[in-house]
Amino acid sequence: MTAAASEPKANMGQPVPRYDATAKVTGRATYASDMPLDNPAYAFLVTSAIAKGRIDRFDLDDAGRVRGVIDIVTHENAPKLKESKLFSNGGYAGTTIQPLKSAEIAHDGQIIAVVIAESYEAAREAANRIKVSYTAATPSASFDSPGTTTATAKGQNSQFKEDPKVGDFAKAFDAAEVKLTASYDTPTQHHNPMELFTTSCAWMGDNLVIYEGSQFVYGLKNGVAEQLGIDADKVRVVNPYVGGGFGSRGSMTPRTAIIAGIAKRLNRPIKLVPTRDQGFTIATYRAETRHEIKLGASRDGRLVALRHEGAEVSSRPDAYCVGGTKTTTRLYACPNVDSLVSIVRADRNTPGFMRSPPEVPYLFALESALDELAVKLDMDPIELRRINDTTNEPISGKPYTSRSLMACFDEAAKAFGWGQRSPQPKSMSDGDWLIGYGCAATCYPTQMAPSAARVRLQRDGRTRVEIAGHEIGTGAYTVIAQTAAERLGVPLEKVAVFIGDSELPPAPVAGGSNSTASTCSAVMMVCDQIRQRLLKAVMPSDSLADKAKETVGISPAPSTQAAKGDRSLDLEKAFDALGVVVLEEYGEWKPEGAPLDSFRAMHNGQVRLIGGHAMKDQIAYAFGAEFVEVRVNRFTHEIRCPRLVGAFAAGRIMNPRTARSQLMGGLIWGMSSALLEATELDERNARYVNDNLADYLVPVNADVPGVEVIMLSEQDDHINPVGAKGLGELANVGTNAAICNAIYHATGQRIRKLPVRLENIEV
Amino acid sequence: MRSFSYQRATDPDMAVQALGAAAASNNPLTKATAQPLAGGTTLIDLMKLDVMRPAAIVDINPLAHAWSAIEPGGDALRLGALAKMSDVAAHAEIQRSYPVIADSLKLAASAQLRNMATLGGNVMQRTRCNYFRDVSYENCNKRNPGSGCAAMDGVNRMHAVLGTSDQCIATYPGDFAQALIALDATVEITGKAGTRSMPFAQLHKAPGSTPDIETALQPGELISGFSIRGRWPRSVYLKARDRQSYEFALSSAAIALDVQDGTIRDARVALGGVATVPWRAREAEALLREQKFDEALAQRVADAAFADARGRRHNSFKIALGKRVVARALQQAVTMEI
Repeated sequence: MTAAASEPKANMGQPVPRYDATAKVTGRATYASDMPLDNPAYAFLVTSAIAKGRIDRFDLDDAGRVRGVIDIVTHENAPKLKESKLFSNGGYAGTTIQPLKSAEIAHDGQIIAVVIAESYEAAREAANRIKVSYTAATPSASFDSPGTTTATAKGQNSQFKEDPKVGDFAKAFDAAEVKLTASYDTPTQHHNPMELFTTSCAWMGDNLVIYEGSQFVYGLKNGVAEQLGIDADKVRVVNPYVGGGFGSRGSMTPRTAIIAGIAKRLNRPIKLVPTRDQGFTIATYRAETRHEIKLGASRDGRLVALRHEGAEVSSRPDAYCVGGTKTTTRLYACPNVDSLVSIVRADRNTPGFMRSPPEVPYLFALESALDELAVKLDMDPIELRRINDTTNEPISGKPYTSRSLMACFDEAAKAFGWGQRSPQPKSMSDGDWLIGYGCAATCYPTQMAPSAARVRLQRDGRTRVEIAGHEIGTGAYTVIAQTAAERLGVPLEKVAVFIGDSELPPAPVAGGSNSTASTCSAVMMVCDQIRQRLLKAVMPSDSLADKAKETVGISPAPSTQAAKGDRSLDLEKAFDALGVVVLEEYGEWKPEGAPLDSFRAMHNGQVRLIGGHAMKDQIAYAFGAEFVEVRVNRFTHEIRCPRLVGAFAAGRIMNPRTARSQLMGGLIWGMSSALLEATELDERNARYVNDNLADYLVPVNADVPGVEVIMLSEQDDHINPVGAKGLGELANVGTNAAICNAIYHATGQRIRKLPVRLENIEV
Repeated sequence: MRSFSYQRATDPDMAVQALGAAAASNNPLTKATAQPLAGGTTLIDLMKLDVMRPAAIVDINPLAHAWSAIEPGGDALRLGALAKMSDVAAHAEIQRSYPVIADSLKLAASAQLRNMATLGGNVMQRTRCNYFRDVSYENCNKRNPGSGCAAMDGVNRMHAVLGTSDQCIATYPGDFAQALIALDATVEITGKAGTRSMPFAQLHKAPGSTPDIETALQPGELISGFSIRGRWPRSVYLKARDRQSYEFALSSAAIALDVQDGTIRDARVALGGVATVPWRAREAEALLREQKFDEALAQRVADAAFADARGRRHNSFKIALGKRVVARALQQAVTMEI
């Protein structure tokens, strides 16, 4: 076994190679803008050079003279579109700022014109030749800018209903033997998936096909239909492969309906490929946040008081917020907890989901503060977490469905060599380099959503699985194929999987790390429907009831059953007994506790995630522990991270190969977030400055020489039929704090603002 | 990017003619209507961004057979302008006798870029100033003379602290040029009247009141090669940057020493990532001559190198950083085994 495909432990699937591996490494995988179109025209966007104000005039003469230009669309002649509601208010959009509607500019880089031409090059040249006159107003850029407005998140964001609290924080904090108050900042970040924010729209009569990298084809289909004012059945979204999402493709952006509208008017397919820098302003981003943490503890390290106050930036019209206090107030045992989340409105585009949206900024604050508390207590940071480990979350006392946090700490500490750490800061070095070891907890809510699937099984074992899931690089094809093969007892190579098409049975957004649990639960259920029909044909009626009970429906420990399997079923015999050669089943699965209207919402492209802290009687999270070695150069103060070690427990691991890849990517992402990634904002004009991949730094191979992923065996029978917890957003959460904690150990300097750069180090 | 004509020059005369014919003499070179294409790693990039809008591209790659020499002969080195960065960096004799050159090339860009980029193009690469590279900003004295400087009070962490003017603080981004200026290289220029030579130190022009004029090259002129006298086995290039590879310097130092019996006979100190042009710290290096090396001396040299530095809001850290880089690089050069 290679390291990429570790030996499965108990309750893990086989580390089979990716279903789409060959297609991807040979370039045969077709991404949205690879889709052939019949006689397309090409679109190029013009975006605003100011963040607030209005357009006085366009000078299009020079642009119009470029050979091949077909049309230039501005607010003066744009197709009329209906308003789109925010996803959190029952709509589909990531922003309610609709470009090309008026001369008003609401944020930097807003779409203000679309050039349509016979070639991409002509469209781009013409776009460069458009001159725009503005009347600019002074925008409010961020937290410290004049003109922002601040209000509590509660009451303005329908998804943030309550600031969690319990007990009497103020009294307990006052009386605490050891106290800590500290503030933390996280920066603006952009997803920068490899695939640009392209879209291609082709009409056939009244029917529209959209080729676009999307994490939610049903959402996009319904959202665009709503904006165009047409029946959703007339819109189809196709994207068999998505070149990375990280949340940026979870909700609809304004570009799609605009291009669809222009394509309709032109009666010609249109292909839009925006530039990398345009991607910084035409989609969403992770907004900057600020935190104040107050911790009170007894001398022996028990938390007696915890308060987490967070502030987040959003746009003028939309109250987006991530509100990570829902997690940080529940992670450790503490009888007195208080929290508050505020939203600061500025002249910015509306932020949106970015990998572990709430947990990344909020756990950075909490896990840094815990390390600071450990220092105050002169206690090993792992032991501090052990003392405050809990089986029940403190806010309402619900039990965790399973929680392997300390087991993860112990495994990772052993693999990392934590025992060799001398606790004193600045006590370890190697030549020019100060060495620091640091660790932090990581966690992510286990979420599920209703999903449907269709499965067709042939007498010869060939199987076709259809589900409108999304391959965003995570391994969706692979785990869906594995689930079907296991459940039907057919060889993996006989399973064909069709996803990424809104004509297929609906699946939820590939977000909130719910995809594997949701889609595989649906596939499992539908496979069982087929098995049941086959079993009926061959089993004596008296044993049927037992057999069916064992293999059908929502049973408590299905994953172990799948491993056992019932492979004795002779397919050919069963088919012959039925007298058919093909069986096909469609089914709709919903997680326990999902409301009655869940399936209707699913078909309408609305997300109904169930899980995390919002379950009725339990709370479900995946956990992990992350350890890093940081090296700080005494002379240059350069900060490098030669080793990242993470141990994770996430219920059933469907495929240790694809899981490892996700967790490894998460650790690297987390390191990047701690040391490299920040979108620089020019405060004078509320514009992004480093809007390209040369200046928005992400790690190169030389930055990540050692990444070790350990997956613990964990079984959780309370979460979903497959027993899997989402892990796509698990590994990048704790890394930020682990790195700052290691920098403290290396240098004695506590850094509370990300990213950490060499100028922040004073050795 | 705007439409342009493309022509391959198969010999130097043809290249010079093609470039000279289209170039209006009153243009600064950067705005000349005809531009030479070598590796293309800067030019094509800036054309896509609409920063450079040449009407004609003259591809000089066919001249590589004549202009890509790597000739470390005896007591001198000649490098052709079309030699690839990767080839020069990998050359055993360059690594032995001119480690500062090999390292400055090896630590620049990525393997893919080094395989494409040429030495001549490398020294001509233009600043990474975000405001210069974003044409939606009107105020860039380098692009639009007299329009102001958006970087001066903008996001200027990457900007220069040496050689700046009230017109421009854009950093010269390259690495190799620091090695050339440290080693007193001569640059060979081919133009209409044949070839001429000048000290490499005179090639780049500090911004002053004309930041749009970046070099002493005239339209129609091409760099054809570089030459260096002497061998410099005791030389280093130290580069501090945000990530381990594929990133521009926040601060770098090219150091070359001639040490005999513990006494420094000759010393060269050049700075990168901190100045508007390839920067030779002559007053600082003078402190080293005929001295025995110690830490206090390194500190004095470092202080002298940045005596005239002026920081702005986000880049003041470069002054302290630059000093530590110089001191550390000196230490490395002194102690290196040759």
